[in-house]
Amino acid sequence: MLGQIAYALPFLAQGFALTLWVSLLVVVLSLIAGVILGVGLVYGPAPVRWAVRIFSDTIRGIPILVLIFFVYYGLPAVGIHLQSFWAAVLALTLFKTAQVVEYLRGAVASIPKGQSEAAMAIGLTFRQRLAYVIFPQAFRRFLPPWINGVTDAVKGSALVSLLGITDLMQAINQVIGRTYEAMPLYIFGALIYFAVNYALSYASRRLERRFAFIRD
Amino acid sequence: MGYTLNFNLIWRHFDKLWGGLLLSLELAVISIAIGIVIGLVLAVWYVSAGRVVRGIIAAYVEFIRNVPLILLVYLVFYGLPTVVDLVYSAQTSFVATLALYSGAYLVEVFRSGLEAVPRGQLDAGKAIGLTPWQRLIHVRLPTMMRITLPALSNTFISLFKDTSVASVISVPELTYGAQWINFNTFRIVEVYLVVTAMYLMTGYALLFALRLVERWYRTAR
Repeated sequence: MLGQIAYALPFLAQGFALTLWVSLLVVVLSLIAGVILGVGLVYGPAPVRWAVRIFSDTIRGIPILVLIFFVYYGLPAVGIHLQSFWAAVLALTLFKTAQVVEYLRGAVASIPKGQSEAAMAIGLTFRQRLAYVIFPQAFRRFLPPWINGVTDAVKGSALVSLLGITDLMQAINQVIGRTYEAMPLYIFGALIYFAVNYALSYASRRLERRFAFIRD
Repeated sequence: MGYTLNFNLIWRHFDKLWGGLLLSLELAVISIAIGIVIGLVLAVWYVSAGRVVRGIIAAYVEFIRNVPLILLVYLVFYGLPTVVDLVYSAQTSFVATLALYSGAYLVEVFRSGLEAVPRGQLDAGKAIGLTPWQRLIHVRLPTMMRITLPALSNTFISLFKDTSVASVISVPELTYGAQWINFNTFRIVEVYLVVTAMYLMTGYALLFALRLVERWYRTAR
């Protein structure tokens, strides 16, 4: 049994690398998209605010699995052909973007109004207010939940196995298909996911404590 | 593009979606009911236990929270029967998984709720001569419930969405119904539009109903 697992290790490692690659892409892309949309939600004109609000509430109101199937099966039907890998990344990124929007909104809302009023009073432009006053303070509120949310991206990436992408989850299922050693392999896989995510949530807790103070 | 929406086939098979939605709700309700029991027992135990028990409960919570739900679903449905002599249906297997899953999240919710019960209330309970058991039932749990109710509603709504994962072991809930229509009629965009609307409407209806319950519970007695 252990011999079979040892034999499958390189294959599982490839799957694990793909899991990390998908998670990394999703985290980076959603951070960019989420910050842009989040700024639109907080500071944008009414139509932009409404559009982002509807986007975020819709995406967060449906299961990720439905979103993945929608993107994967729906896009080719309307004539957009993406590789299954990119369809999966797109769906997970949409989901994560909605989360980042909410983290950003919460972080910015936690900054007292007096801060941006003071910045206006000394004549800073909108961009300067964001860059020098709001974002440096909001960053401390944003970082811990965001890092904690990275674990959601890693966990969510396991769903791409349903599109036939050989991530860690799918690699485990394939090895089980050959060896019939279901229990040891699932536990092995669970421990790998656990190790990654526990490290991330530990980092998040440390940062939260680090940023617990408020500098006034 | 050139894609023409045609919902006729969706309505013809709508029973698959409607039945699926009801099953999703049923799975979520049964799972959270069991999850609440697990969460309550472990949370009460945790706050009064020694280091070893605390360690074990914390290990359970951290393990479940850091592993993808789909892996847990596979583990219980395909993995567990190979090592224990048990026979169960996919539905039972999923409910057990989701109950253990929600239990882990609820331990945290209830534990922080218990810690938020004001010290003075317990002292007052002691002062009027309540036994520790009476203090738990009549003082700590009701106060804790009021504090944790919003978090409990949120957990329930996210569990309702998590029931979609049951489709991977062929439990005929809403997402499974959507896939069935997807593969059998190829009205792909239509079916996912309808299913998205169904998840959204149900989710917001639940949220609205649970907020009403919270408000009633806050003001009553």
